[in-house]
Amino acid sequence: MSKAGLEHYLNEHPFFRGLRPKDLAWLAELAEPLECEVGDYLYREGEESRDFYLIQEGLVRLEIHAPGQGDLVIQTVGPGDVLGWSVMIPETRKTFSARIFQATRLLAFDAASVRARAEQDHHFGYELCKRFSRVIGERLQATRLRLLDLYGQPS
Amino acid sequence: MVSLPSPIVVDPMRPRPFRVARVMRETADVVTLELEAQTGPPLRFQPGQFTMLYVFGVGEVPISISGDPQKPERLVHTIRKVGAVTEALCNLRKGAVVGVRGPFGSHWPLEQARGHDVVMVAGGIGLPPLRPAIYHLLHHRQDYGRVYLLYGARTPRDLLFPEELKRWQYTLSHAPGATPVRVTVDRAEGDWDGAVGLVTSLIAPLTIDPSRTTALMVGPEVMMRFTIAELRKRGIPEENLYLSMERNMKCAVGFCGHCQLGPHFVCRDGPVLAFPQVRDWMTRKEV
Repeated sequence: MSKAGLEHYLNEHPFFRGLRPKDLAWLAELAEPLECEVGDYLYREGEESRDFYLIQEGLVRLEIHAPGQGDLVIQTVGPGDVLGWSVMIPETRKTFSARIFQATRLLAFDAASVRARAEQDHHFGYELCKRFSRVIGERLQATRLRLLDLYGQPS
Repeated sequence: MVSLPSPIVVDPMRPRPFRVARVMRETADVVTLELEAQTGPPLRFQPGQFTMLYVFGVGEVPISISGDPQKPERLVHTIRKVGAVTEALCNLRKGAVVGVRGPFGSHWPLEQARGHDVVMVAGGIGLPPLRPAIYHLLHHRQDYGRVYLLYGARTPRDLLFPEELKRWQYTLSHAPGATPVRVTVDRAEGDWDGAVGLVTSLIAPLTIDPSRTTALMVGPEVMMRFTIAELRKRGIPEENLYLSMERNMKCAVGFCGHCQLGPHFVCRDGPVLAFPQVRDWMTRKEV
């Protein structure tokens, strides 16, 4: 995809939609397209948060290792999902592993560059924080609903 | 004076005897019963309707019909064991006789949805009330646009109709390579190779024409509230969102009032209701 095409693609995506053209152009320049095979790890539990990702195609499992139980799947993320909201917090380490479950195409954005730009340009930083807040809110809501065990036997 | 024959009056409060022709254990707590009328004609129904099933000496419960409307000679119900009557139903064996009243209630708006994309969202035991609609769509596949079935279950062991889900992946498809059936579970187990998460997470990636999409949903009411929010985010008009509601249905004909939801009796005006009909009532307590 050309840089102009990528810029357009980002502007169409609900996460990036509405950012200033100069921010979209910068993000399009920063974005690194990746293709991952089944079994690859995007990152592992305990690693420093280096990138955040926009999944274009495929399926990624978020897992946590439990001794004696193996890798427990917390959630899967797929096309259109943004993965890695913790990059906005410096020096964060990953609490889950992200493993490719179906061949995946994605865009990776370097966290240090994004944070540096956000520090310099607070408008950009605020816009990005709003978007990540929405992602965090949606994850929290989904977690709460799953805690309710809605499909379980009514008490 | 010419005497006219008396019209046949069917008393909706009087159960008809049906014999259990087949029992299928779907999961640890869900059973499908195929019933045949012992007297009279087969029971014709519209997708989305329910009957009252009476286990003699135990009690009566409303259960959605889960069979094919084009095969009314076998009346099919899929029942989850949640109380005394449903437990008794789940324990029935071939040859047992139950009482059946109905069919009752409103049905899925499948005629209105012709020419539209159709998104069906089921959670848990919500899949059986949608199955007659799926059969209808399969019988008239060319009359509809893209069709999706989004299904959320607790674990892979709780998935209903797994063989049909595999078949529908092809038969509901609008184009080669399309994946109309999308399944997710709350908790992955064993060799589960699908999605893990809420059924609402399956909505965003769908390819639909929002202004010409009809959505049908069944499941726990909390799940449906969040499903509606996601479908609205996709731009599907409120009036194209339909829910199958569940309340304490007793008489099934709008007399007793047990199933009242605001101005509606769910047994008579529902169970299938358009979202604008229930929007203001879904979040109120004690209605």
